[in-house]
Amino acid sequence: MPTLNDILIMLPEFYLVAAACLLLLLDAFMKPEQRPVLHWLSIAVLLVAIYLLVMGQPPQAVTAFGGMFVRDVTAEILKVFALLTTVLVFVYARPYLIDRKLLSGEFYTLMIFAVIGIMLLVSAGNLLTVYLGLELLSLSSYALVALNRDAKLPSEAAIKYFVLGALASGMLLYGMSMVYGASGMGGTPSLDLAQLHNVMSYTTAPKLLLFGLIFMIVGIGFKLGAAPFHMWIPDVYQGAPTPVTTFIASGSKLAAFGMAFRLLDSGMGDLSHHWQLMLAVLAVLSLAIGNLVAIVQTNLKRMLAYSTISHMGYLLLGLAAAGPEGYAAAMFYAICYALMGVAAFGVMLALTRAGFECEEISDLKGLNQKSPWMAFLMLLAMFSLAGVPPLFGFWAKVLVLEAAIHANMLWLAIVGIVFAIIGLYYYLHVIKVMYFDKPAEGSELQAKPDASLRVVLSLNALSLLALGLYWGPLLGWCRSAFGL
Amino acid sequence: MNPQLFQLICFYAFGFVTVAAALSVITLKNTVHAVLALVLTFFSAACLWMLIDAEFLALALIVVYVGAVMVLFLFVVMMLDIDQEKMREGFVKFLPVGLIVAAAMLVEMLGLIGVRAMHAQAMGANPATAAGLSNTAWLGQALYTKFLLPFEIAALILTVGVVAAVALTLRTRGDARYESASQQVKVNPRDRVRIVKMAAERPVDETPAPPQESTP
Repeated sequence: MPTLNDILIMLPEFYLVAAACLLLLLDAFMKPEQRPVLHWLSIAVLLVAIYLLVMGQPPQAVTAFGGMFVRDVTAEILKVFALLTTVLVFVYARPYLIDRKLLSGEFYTLMIFAVIGIMLLVSAGNLLTVYLGLELLSLSSYALVALNRDAKLPSEAAIKYFVLGALASGMLLYGMSMVYGASGMGGTPSLDLAQLHNVMSYTTAPKLLLFGLIFMIVGIGFKLGAAPFHMWIPDVYQGAPTPVTTFIASGSKLAAFGMAFRLLDSGMGDLSHHWQLMLAVLAVLSLAIGNLVAIVQTNLKRMLAYSTISHMGYLLLGLAAAGPEGYAAAMFYAICYALMGVAAFGVMLALTRAGFECEEISDLKGLNQKSPWMAFLMLLAMFSLAGVPPLFGFWAKVLVLEAAIHANMLWLAIVGIVFAIIGLYYYLHVIKVMYFDKPAEGSELQAKPDASLRVVLSLNALSLLALGLYWGPLLGWCRSAFGL
Repeated sequence: MNPQLFQLICFYAFGFVTVAAALSVITLKNTVHAVLALVLTFFSAACLWMLIDAEFLALALIVVYVGAVMVLFLFVVMMLDIDQEKMREGFVKFLPVGLIVAAAMLVEMLGLIGVRAMHAQAMGANPATAAGLSNTAWLGQALYTKFLLPFEIAALILTVGVVAAVALTLRTRGDARYESASQQVKVNPRDRVRIVKMAAERPVDETPAPPQESTP
């Protein structure tokens, strides 16, 4: 039976559900001219959730609802950063949404529901909670992508995302059912990840278990956007409203890392020598496809989409190392990528206006002359994405490469380094366009005067520099999550 | 008759109907017939569940899928105008490839799960019978105690579905015409009809002109 203690462990989640429902009602009963208040209320709701998370952190890992929900440091870190990036998305999104008449309560409530999905997913202790958390996140994301119904591109992107996402969920579920079946052969069938951990030692159907594992990895690969399951990423990134793209590029990736960690390490940890190689193959393919195809892109959103694919390749390097050090490095990478992605899309959001989507790389021509500060922030984001020292992205790359080398996968690290150098080209191309090209005739590039956006975006981009110079505490926090 | 033998006969009968109906779903030319075959598939699958004492799930399958989802689906299919010939284009061309892939999948599946799994006791003891409860009562207890959290998350997912459906469909489109009842009630007749009073005019010729009192 659930007890009060279970509810106290899940307090941040319960609080967010209640707050989201309240916001939904407020939105329904508010007059249109009062609705802008919802923006600040939503941000306040998320900030309070961060406070509850950090303050209520139990001294060691605890579980609730009979192991369905795990609250440990790993989940805590991922949740804090997922909430933080969502706050950033809210701040950056407001002017964009107002310009395009998309500012509605549903945007905020669906985003908060998606965040609840992330929080459930990263602290799942059971195959059921993994799947349901994932569905909560995905369903909200599909709707968010389609929010701009009057344009064609978002509808197309949403349908593609929905169909492929449903297929991936089906694969994941199929794999889970096989794992469940394998756990029932020679023992009691179990959905609990902690009990599945040593299923390999007793099951009479190890092949079935492996088969299930492969299907689960397909599902994980899709959610991460790792090649060859990356087909949806460019279209969805380009078609979705930019704030939603920002969210998919940041919060969702943290969730995908959490899901991969829970399923692979907590659930299938005994099979690590099997999935290590599978993840290594995914990593190499992602690095190659992401970095090579990004070079020819002219659309900035598509370029960042392929850059996401390559970054997921680096994240997989850490996961493939299959040890505490690798997980810590991969989590550090996920956090780093989320912050960098939000900053890069944030600059795009700051430069878009009604009737002008700052989407093409050529739109950024001569940004330095028009708005030097925005150009500088974009420069920080691009250098960090490229992994130029001393920015944040450099240390994240170094750590995953180091983890791969320590796990005796030197060849993988070498592939990673080669593609990091190839990847430099397209990030530097953006910087060249901003600083050395003349502005196009009649170009009216200018940053939005929205004060909150400018201040938060500056802090966000400067944090990439600050964390690059002083990354010890964050890495220490990540390592402590895996007992290092 | 021996109850176990009867159960076995029922299992094979319903199993055969399920597979045959499922096959006809993908082979029938008429889409409406295909949907009806799908209904039969669900129905016989529900009967199979009945055989393993999962009464609640069996009834839920019929009520939800056959009763609601498939009827809706049937409406959608009836409203679609599908060009049958175009759908079948390239069927023969791709058939060999499809058959090879299907055969490869079948062999793989049999190799991985097949033979040994057939001898294994796949189904454990029925927990509802062990607890001395009916299937529905046991399911309810399990849902509200052991599986309370997943149950609530599922409720949350449904909420998101409702919010998303409203957010995506309730909007004012530029190209559609709407009636606003409150505006219609509030309208002042003077805004719509202008009554112009003018002196009666004497016709110049003999034929009387039609009376003109108001202009629309």
